[in-house]
Amino acid sequence: MAGEEVILLSVYASMFSMRVRIALAEKGVKYELKEEDLTNKSLLLLEMNSVHKKVPVLLHNGKPILESLIIVQYIDEVWHDKNPLEPSDPYERAQARFWADFIDKKVPCKISLQWAAKGEELEAAKKEFIEALKVLEGELGDKPYFGGEEFGYVDVALIPFYSWFHAYETCGNFKIGAQCPKFAAWAKRCMQRESVSKSLADPEKVYDFRALTGLQIFFIIYMFDFYCLNSLDFIRSQVRLLLNFVIRISSKQAVCY
Amino acid sequence: MAGDKVVVLGTYVSMFSMRAQVALNEKGIEYEKKEEDLANKSPLFLEMNPVHKKIPVLIHNGKPVCESLIIVQYIDEVWHDKNPLLPSDPYQRAQARFWADFVDKKVYDCGRRIWATKGEEKEAAKKEFIGIMKTLEGELGNKPYFGGEDFGYVDVALIPFYCWFHAYENFGNFKTETECPKLVEWAKRCMQRESVSKSLADPHKIYEFVVSLKKKLGIE
Repeated sequence: MAGEEVILLSVYASMFSMRVRIALAEKGVKYELKEEDLTNKSLLLLEMNSVHKKVPVLLHNGKPILESLIIVQYIDEVWHDKNPLEPSDPYERAQARFWADFIDKKVPCKISLQWAAKGEELEAAKKEFIEALKVLEGELGDKPYFGGEEFGYVDVALIPFYSWFHAYETCGNFKIGAQCPKFAAWAKRCMQRESVSKSLADPEKVYDFRALTGLQIFFIIYMFDFYCLNSLDFIRSQVRLLLNFVIRISSKQAVCY
Repeated sequence: MAGDKVVVLGTYVSMFSMRAQVALNEKGIEYEKKEEDLANKSPLFLEMNPVHKKIPVLIHNGKPVCESLIIVQYIDEVWHDKNPLLPSDPYQRAQARFWADFVDKKVYDCGRRIWATKGEEKEAAKKEFIGIMKTLEGELGNKPYFGGEDFGYVDVALIPFYCWFHAYENFGNFKTETECPKLVEWAKRCMQRESVSKSLADPHKIYEFVVSLKKKLGIE
């Protein structure tokens, strides 16, 4: 559609931003990509998503649309002529929405496969993650895509997490492909689509993004410890507990973005 | 549509079951409501929602649809001739979905913390709850409904929580009407609709349910 202005506020490593990029690419929509720095959010982001202050945000002719799956549905409805993502049958559509919702509930933030998680907590997180993938494998069955013969809504919802697998595998010391071969085959099939391969972040860069965010926080703790060397141990231990809490929260947020 | 068989697996107290019922009532669809005992889930229930094992489940001619907002959208799409719930414009539709998603992300958890915790945690939950209601009031503005002139998707998503307000207010020691009068006005307006008043639980029964649940869970 001539004269359309489409802008995406995004973060390179965010799976949620990647979903929107894939959907726009599937529809052949030209758009401007604005990379956000989550430690220093732009005024535009804060104005356009005043409720949650999160990416992605799609701006279509100046009007904001929020929440990645809602954005994907919006894109599918507005640019409905090309590569439909949601099924046309209401029942099939409800099933697709169910599985996208399952992915949102089970795959991202429950994973504490961060540099800080270890021991039992890490093992529990790995187990839960693999279980979720196996359920998804069951739903995929023998179909080439979750959408059936065609790449669709659930495929868009899930494939961006593939770019984070290298980071999860390295932190968690396991191989996802070995445990979920069908899933790995499906992911490789999706990666052959230009809309996907052009939209997904480089797994090595994602790993660095996670390590760097963690490193920044680690540095804060290190500097604080050094500063408090001569202070009361009690105060120091309490504040250290608080900082550990902050790591968890901000690490969780980094994964969620 | 003649010959349609519609069943809702739900519980009397669940706001999420109520959403499905309000939507079906709005469309004038006859359905059978089956009350599930969550401590003793029926084989039908486990078969129809094996993934999450949660209510509500809508069973339409034997086929299950799960997750309350997905169910409401499904109902709206299948029985699209009467009382449309989602707007027809894609942008307005995206806004409606955003606010229903906001209700889902914020209200239940916060409400639960009001009755399930005490002391500072309870106070914090109460403050957060009032904040959430104020945000929703802001979105409502001067419109009669979140849907504008007509009762719609976001109204369906939120109104079932109204019958839980009495419990939240008792445990949290506050009055929603004092803090958010416009929102309570909206809720009373919704309650005048038969589709809503027939679907919502009695607030006193909800309160008693929470009292007995707290005892069962060993929460003071």
